[in-house]
Amino acid sequence: MKKLLLMSICVLINLQLVSRTADEDAIAHSPANSKCFNCHGRPVYSYYNENLERDVSKRMNPYFLIDSVAYYNQNHKSFECTDCHSYDYNTFPHDNDLQMEPMPVCLDCHEGDDATAAFSFEKIDQEYQQSVHSTKHSGEFTCWMCHNPHSYKINARTNENIKETIVYDNNICLSCHADVNKYQLITSKEKPNIIKKHDWLPDQIAHFAHVRCIECHTHVSNNVLVAHQVLPKEQAVKKCVECHSQNSMLMASLYKFRAKESRNRLGFVNSSILKDAYVIGANRNYYLNILSGIIAGLVVLLIIIHALLRILSK
Amino acid sequence: MKDQIYLYPLWIRIWHVVNALLFIALIFSGLSLQYSNNTFNLLPFDFAVSMHNISGITLSIAFVFFLFWNHFSGNGEHYRIKSKGYCAEVFRQFRYYAFGIFKNEKPPFPITEEQKFNPLQKFTYVMVMYVLLPLITLTGLGLFFPDILPDRMLGTTGIHFVDLIHIVTGFLLSIFMIIHIYFCTIGRTCSANFKSMITGWH
Repeated sequence: MKKLLLMSICVLINLQLVSRTADEDAIAHSPANSKCFNCHGRPVYSYYNENLERDVSKRMNPYFLIDSVAYYNQNHKSFECTDCHSYDYNTFPHDNDLQMEPMPVCLDCHEGDDATAAFSFEKIDQEYQQSVHSTKHSGEFTCWMCHNPHSYKINARTNENIKETIVYDNNICLSCHADVNKYQLITSKEKPNIIKKHDWLPDQIAHFAHVRCIECHTHVSNNVLVAHQVLPKEQAVKKCVECHSQNSMLMASLYKFRAKESRNRLGFVNSSILKDAYVIGANRNYYLNILSGIIAGLVVLLIIIHALLRILSK
Repeated sequence: MKDQIYLYPLWIRIWHVVNALLFIALIFSGLSLQYSNNTFNLLPFDFAVSMHNISGITLSIAFVFFLFWNHFSGNGEHYRIKSKGYCAEVFRQFRYYAFGIFKNEKPPFPITEEQKFNPLQKFTYVMVMYVLLPLITLTGLGLFFPDILPDRMLGTTGIHFVDLIHIVTGFLLSIFMIIHIYFCTIGRTCSANFKSMITGWH
């Protein structure tokens, strides 16, 4: 029933989006949200305490503190807080039981949704179901573990700046894998030290700055634009040539969104990588290869002719 | 050994053999990295990376050693190019290799203690030791410490620009090595020059 209600809300919101794009800002800064942000947008909030008969200031629990600027710059900025949270939150003080309410996940709204069909949410879910995040943690793991519902903004598909995409996407992984407190929300296992685990990787700093964790740790398929099938660690890519080769897998993952040019006009192979990085083995130059082959061949040929003439003239 | 001259002292011979081995290691590992593939590689990628790094650093140290020793031992005199009439001398030597050698002419600049290299040889060695090797060493160090490179250079990433210079220089040095080995067969006998580089006596 709750799911049906949510879906109806989403459909209504989508209709609103289509019909009211001109005054999107008005929706985004709805008065209802302002009421929530009055407390949840500030580290210190105040309210009138009827028992004490005076205003009281309290510190907001940092985990319930929402960055309103980030909120109004994210994908779901047109949402009212109570689109996802219970209407009962309009009452203050909030009822403690409200914390137990189940939260919607992506498919609750996006399943079969024509407006977001291009994002292939169903296929993303299929990939997620096969990922270790689902198979090892099922119940505790939700979309929101990675995609912060209050700040998630689509990035890889729209951002031309690959370096920003790398930082953005890696920060999603690091929000758990570099934070022992969040990591322990879903497992009692000791959090592995990422730096030590990647000791085998030459030039670790350059790799971490120029590729995303998911390049090696997911199964890349043509089904979705950003791979969601996180592999068990034993299956992560460890062969350098998967990226350092002419048919580099980076072209199917990190650089999938850029216009696919096999060669640019100067002859550099996988040239879309070159705007941000340089991957030896993947960024060889077609014309230089031919030229160097011709020069080396001519040198060897001349040496053979010279040697033969020396032998014959003796 | 009466009619022979002691041309290559021990330090030159040791430096030369170290250089030769490092060149071979660097060419093989460099080719393997540049043309790495999912199906076939000359060497495994990670092994080639380590081999190239270690050999490159050792070659850089050997190069600095050469610069100092060459300067202080007096051997550097053989690398000094006189400006007057030098081009004509290079041309004479080139003409000898292109034509005279097939007519069994005598070399125009026979080897003596004062003139260890013929003019063409001198030009090549000066280019290799004082232009190409510094270039490949500096670009190699830049690639080894990519953080020191500028982000952008001439419309591309700094690391890509520096790598282009590195691989083009590496290619020219590889071509030098092939020609160098072949020209070493031009001696009293085919193996005479190779033996000289082992014993020191020419």
